[in-house]
Amino acid sequence: MTGRSLRGLRVVVTGGTAGLGRALVSELTARGARVGFVARRRELVEQVEREVPGSVGVVGDVGDKDDTHPIALQLTGRLGAVDVLIHNASSLGPTPLRPLADTDCEDLERALAVNVVGPFRLTKALLGALVSSASRGIGGLVVAISSDAAVTPYPGWGAYGASKAALAHLAAIWDGELSKDGVGFVSIDPGDMDTELHAIAIPDADRASLKRPETSAREIADRIAERLHTPVTALAAGAS
Amino acid sequence: MIAADVPTQRPDDARLLVVDADGGVSHRARAELASVLRAGDLVVANDAATIPASLRGVHERTGSEIEVRLAARRAVDARDPSRFRVVLFGAGDYHTRTEDRPLPPRVEIGDRLTLAGGTLLATITSRDHARLVDVRFDGSAAHVWEAIARHGRPIQYAHVPTPLRLWDVWTPIAGPPVALEPPSAGFVLDFRTLGALHARGIAVHTLTHAAGLSSTGDAALDAMFPLDEPYEIPAATAVAVLRAKREGRRVIAIGTTVVRALESSAREHGRVRPGPGIATLRVGPATDLRVVDAIVSGTHERGTSHHDLLAAFTDEATLARADDALGAHAYRTHEFGDSCLVERRALAVALAV
Repeated sequence: MTGRSLRGLRVVVTGGTAGLGRALVSELTARGARVGFVARRRELVEQVEREVPGSVGVVGDVGDKDDTHPIALQLTGRLGAVDVLIHNASSLGPTPLRPLADTDCEDLERALAVNVVGPFRLTKALLGALVSSASRGIGGLVVAISSDAAVTPYPGWGAYGASKAALAHLAAIWDGELSKDGVGFVSIDPGDMDTELHAIAIPDADRASLKRPETSAREIADRIAERLHTPVTALAAGAS
Repeated sequence: MIAADVPTQRPDDARLLVVDADGGVSHRARAELASVLRAGDLVVANDAATIPASLRGVHERTGSEIEVRLAARRAVDARDPSRFRVVLFGAGDYHTRTEDRPLPPRVEIGDRLTLAGGTLLATITSRDHARLVDVRFDGSAAHVWEAIARHGRPIQYAHVPTPLRLWDVWTPIAGPPVALEPPSAGFVLDFRTLGALHARGIAVHTLTHAAGLSSTGDAALDAMFPLDEPYEIPAATAVAVLRAKREGRRVIAIGTTVVRALESSAREHGRVRPGPGIATLRVGPATDLRVVDAIVSGTHERGTSHHDLLAAFTDEATLARADDALGAHAYRTHEFGDSCLVERRALAVALAV
């Protein structure tokens, strides 16, 4: 069953070569969106571009300040515009997971760089594009991929949980501040998925009990479609 | 005036020289822009983001060092970065004033340039002037965008000694990367100011205008500027402009690029029409403005095309008084400097009608 169409929508996904991000690139493309994605490793970026025709891959590290504007420039340049931004790239923090008392400050900083400060920078760099999309009546939506660890203080998940809590809180404040500009922010917890990230965090998990990332990707695509309420005709006209 | 030499988009103490419709001149804090404008005004800004349009490399036939400054785009759609009109400079960089830069080697159609650390190859496809040529980049859009993103530097001039980063030149509303120099009047529009405008009942709309290179240091070349610049006016902006004009509300342009786009569209179509266009109009003292009632601009020195454009808004005597006030009160000039708001002279309107 295919979900609601996202035809013509220009969507950016960070961390697009693995797990949920990779599933989002396929799902959104299948619904007619033009998807730009970011990931660190060139060979994986090129592989996903080959696997998902029409997708646009950019090599970069969202946790690196010097990469932010080059990433934003290439995405807006190649897509022409950005209607939706999905902050999906995540760092687990130090692995194997460990108590905060055993977490190095540098490991916490790295988790914050990838999960909080990086998304903040990329949001700022793409904000003009998102406001422009909103003013054209097309989009203007930022999705922060969150986690139940952002809400529940699980022992061992300190760096990840605290950074995801901060990301969700930033999204909530952005949402209030930018509602007058038509740009919305939502945090979505995709659930416990059978991904590489999950396997690193909990190596002995029962994989059969985990959600498929493709299922979460479909749910997120549905949320985006609901949130935008954009008639396909307007999209096609706006994106031509 | 004093050259603003620090790349701060919104200095806390930035000032706004207001030249009103009666020729009066007053001094305001730029952060108060929303209270200087009137409820019902329509503000139109340029949402173009700026490409890091200075590329260094080698002219293959002579082995000479060369700097390429992207000068004009052919179309406003960002997705095609393959062809640009460019201006060539010889050895050196922005630390040397453009007028003192060594000339580039003589180039011929078909010559090859190796740019961006060897990652970007270009062919000269036509030549208008020894230094103003058209180039075509090799490779896919992905390849060209990556090379520009990784190796290009924002175009800058000798008055700012520190290297500019992209975040220094992107306005807070920067979207499509099609400008080659920043539409710097838009630096004033942070989100607090946008909120204050909204709260005062002043709508803000955008258009996208691919601002080109502003200056080369070569008098013959500079006389050809501004080059033709592509723009795109969204439907919502065109509707808002038409409605404002019909209801007698003012249209305030944030920057010269907005004036050029709106007035070019109005001339070509009889009124501002949505969609893409090419701005060929050179706005100056003889221009009869049909759309824009006031401009927010940087402060510019006499003799520049930006200064000439202000003469479309007000008379020579008023401009001279404004220049005196800018000098006497030590306003800062250039893209990171102070600003002025120039309202269209009431008398000029009466005569034009």
